Amino acid sequence: MSLLSRRRALAGTFAAGAAALVGTLVARRAAAETPREIEVVARRFQFTPNEIPLKLGERVVLAVRSLDFIHGFHVPDLGIRADLVPGRVTRIELQPQAAGTLDFLCDNFCGDGHEEMQGRFLVSE
Amino acid sequence: MQRRDFLSLAALGGGAVFASGLSGCATAGAGAQDQDFYFVQLSDAHWGYQGAANPEASVTLRKAVAAVNALKIPPDFIVFTGDLTHTTDDPGERRRRLAEFKAIVADLQVKTVHFMPGEHDAALDRGAAYQEFFGQTHYVFDHRGVHFIALDNVSDPGAKIGDEQLQWLRADLAARDPNAPIVVLTHRPLFDLVPKWDWATRDGAQAVELLMPFKHVTVFYGHIHQEHHHMTGHIAHHSAKSLIFPLPAPGSQDKRTPLPWDAGAPYKGLGWREIEAEAGGTDFELTEFPVVLQ
Repeated sequence: MSLLSRRRALAGTFAAGAAALVGTLVARRAAAETPREIEVVARRFQFTPNEIPLKLGERVVLAVRSLDFIHGFHVPDLGIRADLVPGRVTRIELQPQAAGTLDFLCDNFCGDGHEEMQGRFLVSE
Repeated sequence: MQRRDFLSLAALGGGAVFASGLSGCATAGAGAQDQDFYFVQLSDAHWGYQGAANPEASVTLRKAVAAVNALKIPPDFIVFTGDLTHTTDDPGERRRRLAEFKAIVADLQVKTVHFMPGEHDAALDRGAAYQEFFGQTHYVFDHRGVHFIALDNVSDPGAKIGDEQLQWLRADLAARDPNAPIVVLTHRPLFDLVPKWDWATRDGAQAVELLMPFKHVTVFYGHIHQEHHHMTGHIAHHSAKSLIFPLPAPGSQDKRTPLPWDAGAPYKGLGWREIEAEAGGTDFELTEFPVVLQ
């Protein structure tokens, strides 16, 4: 291989390596931007889980399934609420901005025990 | 003799157990005293409830009826601000409870009684069974110059008044004099008292906004099983005690679990109230009574 050919080959190797590195960085950034998904099940008269640890500033998506009723999912302190229609997965994105406890509850009256259907996010730094 | 004077004399004689006066709004001019009247508010009987929070649930409502019947001067009328019955999934059982409740309160000597549903009565079937026994869930009536509006914020399980009823309210208010006294009767608080306990009406702020142009508006409601007073601007909101079990002070603990029954003081925290309309219905004095008169 001539000197010129070797330089070209090396340049190609560097280019391929750089492209791979950029690809890895993009993939890592995409992974960082993909919110963690947390599965939640709603049934009369409880959420499972009903205590959900979160990291401060972490973006998460709750994937909530209701098994038996159009329950509500309400996080009063974040101004977030949704109706949970059975047979569908309701995705709710949130990103806590302060450490502490955030309450959530069913806000569609669902029967004798509705008042107990609540939970909380435990947000740590 | 004014009714307040009579109550003072009755208290001296042991008739009234305790009284707390509270003015809802500014007073009107002289000359309206001849329009004074009073009515009774009962709330949250939860007929059909069985549990440790009230082991005397099968007789509490009857005792309250007896206490109201014992009033020396009968009220002009009685209002019942929801949760007449405790909820059940069984439509047949729901109707049985509504029928039993209706039979018990038929013993009230004052026959003009205005009922409203609570979510325990109406949310699971959108008010179908309730309406079979008590008719419309929202309506108006007038009494001695005061316009009463019963709002339904419970038949929708999502605690909403709803666009249709809000439109009805807007139309009812459209022709009213902004100086005329208005009393709103409802079950849930129209404001966000404790949203994390579901002590709110999802679209209550829209009703309050419609009422805001009126100078003399007072709201009486139930749901929270305790006496509570709140102002949204110039509009006063007064919740009533229940006839089944008391609930904790708003937001005072994680869960809104009933306060435990006190065997040493049965019926503690339960009660009903008299509401005396003064000055043409622009001012109200509330007097709280226990379930069992001493």
